[in-house]
Amino acid sequence: MIHRDPLPLRLVRIGGLSVWLLITIFPLYWIVVSSLKAPADIAAYPVQYLPLRPTLENYISLFAKSDFGQNMFSSLVVATVSGLAATAIATLSAYVLSRFQFRARGLVVMAFLVTQMIPAFIALGPLYQLMVALDLVDNRGGLMLVYVAMCIPFSTIMLKGFFDNVPDDLDEAAMIDGCNRLTALVRIILPVMLPGLAATFIFNFVNSWNELFLSVTLINSSDKRTIPTALNGFITSFNIEWGPLSAAAVLTVIPTMILFGIASKWIVAGLTAGATKG
Amino acid sequence: MTEPSVAQRRAGSPGTGTRSRRRPFTLRTALLIAAFLAPAFVFVAIFTYYPMLRGSQMAFRQWNLYDLTTTPWVGLENFRAIIADPSSGRILLNTIGWVLGSIIPQLVIGFAIALWLRRAFRFRGIYQALVFYPWAVSGFLIGLLFRWMFNSEFGVVNDLLTRIGLIDTPIPWLADPNLAMIAVVTANIWYGVTFFAMMILAALQSVPDELLEAAAIDGSGRARTLFSVMIPAIQSTLVLTVLLRVIWIFNFPDIIWAMTKGGPADQTHIATTWMIQLTQQGNYGHASALGLTVVGLLMVFAAIYLALLSKDNTR
Repeated sequence: MIHRDPLPLRLVRIGGLSVWLLITIFPLYWIVVSSLKAPADIAAYPVQYLPLRPTLENYISLFAKSDFGQNMFSSLVVATVSGLAATAIATLSAYVLSRFQFRARGLVVMAFLVTQMIPAFIALGPLYQLMVALDLVDNRGGLMLVYVAMCIPFSTIMLKGFFDNVPDDLDEAAMIDGCNRLTALVRIILPVMLPGLAATFIFNFVNSWNELFLSVTLINSSDKRTIPTALNGFITSFNIEWGPLSAAAVLTVIPTMILFGIASKWIVAGLTAGATKG
Repeated sequence: MTEPSVAQRRAGSPGTGTRSRRRPFTLRTALLIAAFLAPAFVFVAIFTYYPMLRGSQMAFRQWNLYDLTTTPWVGLENFRAIIADPSSGRILLNTIGWVLGSIIPQLVIGFAIALWLRRAFRFRGIYQALVFYPWAVSGFLIGLLFRWMFNSEFGVVNDLLTRIGLIDTPIPWLADPNLAMIAVVTANIWYGVTFFAMMILAALQSVPDELLEAAAIDGSGRARTLFSVMIPAIQSTLVLTVLLRVIWIFNFPDIIWAMTKGGPADQTHIATTWMIQLTQQGNYGHASALGLTVVGLLMVFAAIYLALLSKDNTR
């Protein structure tokens, strides 16, 4: 059996992959380099591809001149709490959808899928009015509630895929051994699909960490803002300061990159399961 | 031993898999199902369904944030106003260009990368980790990044093109009505290739090697193996990924919002950026009418797309 491609094909493959790697990495490299440049160098033309005088000036002025420290804290709290809550709630609904056959099952899955297809902006105005009525505007707790609702449908579909991969026999064996359904779920099934739970949590965390339009609508005070809203504030001000903005971008991207790097394999597995079985 | 219950026999929904489920369907089970689904539905009902339904209702009323005392029913007036708006034709064309211009290159490049990554090589794990990261970044931040790179004065894109010798003077990418769309689509292609590459790679890895070996033994060339073995084997994933992605890109204003906010001269306005603009102007009635129009268009598209493909399959 021929397991190696002929030389020209291998060259095409190596060349193609290398070019794509460069294209993918470059913007990240560029934002890091920009964040390390002094204000005079960032506006230099021709462009400097290496920071000649690397400095942390942009990072220092970012924290000194804006609420970015508090914005990072806001994002961390909001994304962690909503990610955990949505994963927990979706675990229950996904378990039911995977383990039981009932008449409304297809309908329930559809009800979740529909929310993914309607542009969220239809809901933006009424949602704002609802939050005003509930006195939850400009409130991180209110934003968390909205994010939990935002994350539940896709988490359910993703987790259902992971549940489907755990054989039914395992539940039955556990129940013969004296577990009831709930203890079987908690003690036997969930530990087996820990990677799936972690992937779902990370997916929710990153989505909440990155969400812009709901947060812009619902949060006003600059110290309560999440990171994307703060960034949006930076660009709506008359003159964009690219130095501090690059520093903020680097700090925003790094945590999510690490999390996604850890969970990438499981997330892909979950998404593929969601796409083919959902 | 246990007879399958009526509920089980009737529930022949698609995608149930092949595993047998032998569960007596009792009142207790029904209660458990309800209890486990309840939290999810309470959240989604309050914070998603309710605002969406109310938003849809606004499409048929005069609803302006600055005059909420009178919100009479106006029938289809909001829809008429949207269609009659002088920018609507431009925006429809832009939206189609945005979706097609993004998804076709994403699919082609993503497919090529998935094919190249299918067979293991020494640094594949590291490679995947490196090219995976755009996924973790928000569309809005990607937009900011590309806005910086496409900057006309200090932008790295102009600098690179000058160094290669393709241009003499810096190009005002985001200020030129003819070029702005190219810039935002470029950013979106870059952002979306990873998704396609990863989904297609996952699907390709589930194609058994024996199938490909059999094709090779039959003497099929590489191109034929690709088109008559591999692509059919992953067809369902491809079809669904493309459909979901079209809907997603259609509803994805973040990159454009960060780069141009729809300008210059409406040249990068798509349906959803227009919606955001209308919402910000407090014109909820028009925004909702536009939103419902988008949902309608997408449903028609999905129906035609799936119908065409299933017809293709049964032939």
